[in-house]
Amino acid sequence: MAPTKAKTASKPRLAVWKFASCDGCQLSLLDCEDELLAVAGAIEIANFPEASRAVAKGPYDVSLVEGSITTPHDAERIQMVRKQSRYLVTIGACATAGGIQALRNFADVKEFTSIVYATPQYIQTLKKSTPITDHVFVDFELRGCPINKHQLVELVSALLNSRKPNVPTYSACIECKRRGTVCVMVAQGTPCLGPVTQAGCGAICPSYHRGCYGCYGPKESPNTAALSVGWSRLGVRGDDLVRVYRTYNAYADAFRRESEAHEK
Amino acid sequence: MKEIALKAGDTVVVARGDLQALLDALAARDYTLIGPTVRDGAIAYCEIRTVEDLPAGWEDEQDGGTYRLHRRGDGRLFGFTVGPHSWKQFLYPPVLKLWEARRNGHGFTVHRDESPQPRRAFIGVRGCELAAIGVQDQVFLHGKYVDSTYQARREGVFIVAVNCGHVVSTCFCVSMKTGPKVGKGFDIALTEILDADGHRFVAEAGTARGAEVLAAVPHRPADASDRAAAEVVSANAEQAMKRSMDTEGIRDLLYNNAEHPRWEAVANRCMTCANCTMVCPTCFCHTVEDVTDLSGSHAERWRKWDSCFTMEFSYIHGGSVRPSASARYRQWMTHKLASWIDQFGTSGCVGCGRCITWCPVGIDITEEVRAIRETDRAAEEG
Ligand code: SF4
Ligand code: SF4
Ligand code: SF4
Repeated sequence: MAPTKAKTASKPRLAVWKFASCDGCQLSLLDCEDELLAVAGAIEIANFPEASRAVAKGPYDVSLVEGSITTPHDAERIQMVRKQSRYLVTIGACATAGGIQALRNFADVKEFTSIVYATPQYIQTLKKSTPITDHVFVDFELRGCPINKHQLVELVSALLNSRKPNVPTYSACIECKRRGTVCVMVAQGTPCLGPVTQAGCGAICPSYHRGCYGCYGPKESPNTAALSVGWSRLGVRGDDLVRVYRTYNAYADAFRRESEAHEK
Repeated sequence: MKEIALKAGDTVVVARGDLQALLDALAARDYTLIGPTVRDGAIAYCEIRTVEDLPAGWEDEQDGGTYRLHRRGDGRLFGFTVGPHSWKQFLYPPVLKLWEARRNGHGFTVHRDESPQPRRAFIGVRGCELAAIGVQDQVFLHGKYVDSTYQARREGVFIVAVNCGHVVSTCFCVSMKTGPKVGKGFDIALTEILDADGHRFVAEAGTARGAEVLAAVPHRPADASDRAAAEVVSANAEQAMKRSMDTEGIRDLLYNNAEHPRWEAVANRCMTCANCTMVCPTCFCHTVEDVTDLSGSHAERWRKWDSCFTMEFSYIHGGSVRPSASARYRQWMTHKLASWIDQFGTSGCVGCGRCITWCPVGIDITEEVRAIRETDRAAEEG
């Protein structure tokens, strides 16, 4: 990445944008208040809906984008965000993979709206919930549902200091083993998505005796088919295998294809 | 009891009831005790204080991709084999801060934590594990460059080894010539015996300091029948071992089969999750990460266990050199069993079986070698 304006006179400007999402990732950013206060003088927060309603005009040095594209209006709005941003970073499973709301992509959205809403004709919604990268060029993706506060601080520090962010794309198993957790899949027969899921959370779930739920989405070179064979040996088959891959990252390519492979 | 001087090579008998005295003698000599203990359904290596912390009466059962503990029905303290942890985590920590730097006017000052390491006593090191420590010594201490972080941890270590009396289906130390009886490098080696004559340990002093510690523990000299009973324990373990790896000419076998359909076949099953390399007691690869804080006034350099199964491991300008799973599996196995010999003069595999058990889909290195040997292209052509 090219150097930012961090070392020039004007302060780098950071903006946060919300699309279809639960706000959880923005809250992770609020949770960084101590770290952010330390640089309050060094960066300008130009737009941050969860923190303040004030919006300062663009352009922005870094835009953090939360949420997926689900309406025609949002499809236009993301173009505006891209035009005004030097770096566009997607944060969280919604923005990078379409989120839990992408479950609609596997069904007929008209049918849903007709059941849920009294006057469905007022509902303007797209057939699919899609990740930001389907609409505009994305400079960097932060995974997770929600994102990890440390990864966020790491990313912003890296951008401000003109260095490569340390955000690994390898498996959750590596983090799991580094912290010395006993593998739940091997020692307890608990199905775990760790071997195909990207690291980032610090492998929290296995340390509480649970299998990984795949919040960080598919890792680099995910062999989901091999994992499904492993899971079937533990008694997980058919519909259950479909559901396993259909959560927050259901529409991420590798997870989508694997869930479809087990559909009858 | 009066202390009688012992020397390296002496063998004595310590009663089960006096094993605590051995732990106490080590603690009194300022050692932090690390030993096996039951945690989260497995036998883990943790800090221990008393004999009660040891996995009395537990036995492990292992196979490709599975590990279970169950009661043995007797009170043996070491009636199990190796678990998910290995001693490397104490000598070569998974995550380690190498140094930090603070901005200071126009320059910066570097600070490295050089406070002395605790002296650790490893309790219950098995034959394959002692061999693995030897392999890592070779890598970190005896090459052109010495790893000072490893050296600082390794220097103080006191090793209480245990000769295995129980094996699991994944063990293949006999074929790798590392066990079940421990080889060189221990301070004290114990063989646990539980028979009509009682529960006791035949203890051999391997070094002068091992002898000094043993002398401080109540004991009696070992007689011929004690030695014979200890030999039987090792012989039975050896007999019980079913798995093996044929290492005859293995270096050339793998070099000659860099192109072999088996690599693709294993890649279909391999998830490149890296569990095998994380649990392997000899794997030493790591990555180094530099981090800065938001203000840019403080930077740290961290070392973390890495693996040849990740894409970034072989990333150079333009991309990863080993993008396919077959290339990564081949790299791992060929380094471990073939190029390791050229590089360090020993095999990188000690036959502990961890990579087989802790691979979530049970990929078996001995099976992969066998498959390649059976269809050795060079041999077929020749
Ligand atoms: S518990 Fe899950 S994440 Fe941890 S090593 Fe096992 S399979 Fe991987
Ligand atoms: S390659 Fe496997 S069997 Fe050999 S030392 Fe490593 S973990 Fe043990
Ligand atoms: S051999 Fe097993 S443990 Fe190793 S990377 Fe492949 S799937 Fe993971």
